[in-house]
Amino acid sequence: MSLLTVQNLQQHFPVRGGLLMRSVASCKAVDGVSFTLNEGETLGLVGESGCGKTTLGKAIVRLLKPTSGKIEFNGQDITHSSIGALRPMRRHVQMIFQDPAESLNPRHTVRDILEEPFIVQKLGTKDERRRWVLDLLDKVGLSAASADRFPFEFSGGQRQRIGIARAIALKPKLIVCDEPVSALDVSVQSQVLNLLLDLQRDMGLSYLFIAHGLNVVKHMSDRVAVMYLGKIVELAPAEELYHNPRHAYTKALLDAIPIADPTKRRERQLLRGDVPSPINPPAGCAFGHRMKHPKWEQSVKMDLTLKEVSPGHFVQPCPCCT
Amino acid sequence: MTSASSILEVRDLVSAFDGDAGRMTAVDGISFDVPRGKTLGIVGESGCGKSVTAFSITRLLPQPHGKILGGSIRFEGKDLASLPVEDMQQVRGNDISMIFQEPMTALNPVQTVGRQLGEAILLHTECSKSEVLARSIDMMIKVRIPEPAQRLDEYPHQLSGGMRQRMMIAMALINKPKLLIADEPTTALDVTVQAQILELIADLQKEMGMSVVLITHDLGVIAQVCDEVAVMYAGRIVERANVYELFAKPRHAYTQGLLESIPRLESTPKTKLKAIQGNVPGIADFKPGCRFAERSGRSHTAQQLSTRPPFIEISANHWVENCPICVA
Repeated sequence: MSLLTVQNLQQHFPVRGGLLMRSVASCKAVDGVSFTLNEGETLGLVGESGCGKTTLGKAIVRLLKPTSGKIEFNGQDITHSSIGALRPMRRHVQMIFQDPAESLNPRHTVRDILEEPFIVQKLGTKDERRRWVLDLLDKVGLSAASADRFPFEFSGGQRQRIGIARAIALKPKLIVCDEPVSALDVSVQSQVLNLLLDLQRDMGLSYLFIAHGLNVVKHMSDRVAVMYLGKIVELAPAEELYHNPRHAYTKALLDAIPIADPTKRRERQLLRGDVPSPINPPAGCAFGHRMKHPKWEQSVKMDLTLKEVSPGHFVQPCPCCT
Repeated sequence: MTSASSILEVRDLVSAFDGDAGRMTAVDGISFDVPRGKTLGIVGESGCGKSVTAFSITRLLPQPHGKILGGSIRFEGKDLASLPVEDMQQVRGNDISMIFQEPMTALNPVQTVGRQLGEAILLHTECSKSEVLARSIDMMIKVRIPEPAQRLDEYPHQLSGGMRQRMMIAMALINKPKLLIADEPTTALDVTVQAQILELIADLQKEMGMSVVLITHDLGVIAQVCDEVAVMYAGRIVERANVYELFAKPRHAYTQGLLESIPRLESTPKTKLKAIQGNVPGIADFKPGCRFAERSGRSHTAQQLSTRPPFIEISANHWVENCPICVA
């Protein structure tokens, strides 16, 4: 049973300019994305910066108003729900941000931060909430004494634990993790990843795990989606994607990972150029266009909906990249 | 004198900051060599003193609080630690160059990149306007910036992250330095652009015969491009060896823990990673003895906590801070 279904989701932003600040162009940050996420599953989302990963995450938790398409959570269409109508849903969908220093209110104690979700949802008495806060701290491996301290008194890893505690406070079903360990030191990163795995097992959480570190995404995910310029170009089970990538962009991303083993140095097929701008993106396969592939023109007139090439393995069927 | 085989020899370097809270010793007696024409990687987590080491070598420690308190930095027969400021200016940007993590903050936002590149030339050589232009364009072609003549008139904000870092590299290398110090040159970039920049540095190194000190927190980057590696922890080098030796036979518990904690592509998804417990210590909490003791999960004697372990050559060209508990 799928918990989250996203169909042809588009999230466009107007680009304003000129004297009257009229909308002169549109930035197609997310441009027709479809996938499902099952209960207890982790879907990894990778791609270069500017490909629309974070925007997609924000659209799903409805911090944004999608331009078109459909988001269905737990069988309920939430694409255009009003803020009030969203409130019951918000209990079940939470988000963890990249930089815990910026996503925690510096003037609130940890207790205030962790109590707030309960207050917003009008849950529990004051005493109950106090007890819940201590339970949460224990769950994420922080001492009870942390409750009366402020975020700046903690290290990066500990702050991310606070962010995680806040996200799991209301026992959600889905957590969107947006680069949760990118800002952390290597030795602390693995602690936080282990914590996320433990919580998923204990609470039956589903994760949408967004990151640019491909080794981290592979380690955390059941399935992985590769995004390029607002579109998913490949989606497959984690092991399958890494051992049998089909799209040229996935191959290039895998190729670029610096492997922590000096005996595995390799001559790389380097990607040239940077990610193009999502304002007026090229028609057809955007990656074929970047690589100036001779067959790119064929992709312009094609239907680029993902095709299943082997069980559970979906690829954009452009002639230039697959 | 520096020996024929190394271009830079750092011995017992101590760098500290004086502030309201007293003296903070960020780099606490470290020694290493940079072999001629090779790349030394310095790897460590935030706050371990990597960047302070780089700023000590280039004598760019923030003034007036940053000071080199002891030790020597021998480069081509000169001790950079005690060189007068004017002489150091001749070395910096000419014999030794540096590139930084975030090119947007290292480039001047209100000058065109062409002017900044030209300034680097004119500070060290006298040449005409047309020569400056020709050398600038030449260098930009070398760092693979497309349409160099047009780019010269652009401002940093008009360039992408990768292009800015290429511009920084062009500025650093335009005077053909003998030593390049790259402080997290690819941390702010995407993996795909990172691979391009690392390859670019390696190509230019081969072409110009320069030596490189590459500072990073990413063991993957170290494994892919370095010849020698120094692992820093809490202001000290805990282990130093050839890259193949270090990855195959790490001796210090911290190096071992770091290597084990990286998620590997070949590992099974969703299995538990080995993790180092606790957090990276802040500079005010640095202990006199073995600094990894607290996180090693192994009990140390009072003696081991209060006396600094000796830095010894445990096997040929493999050095380690020899705490009997952390080194097995």
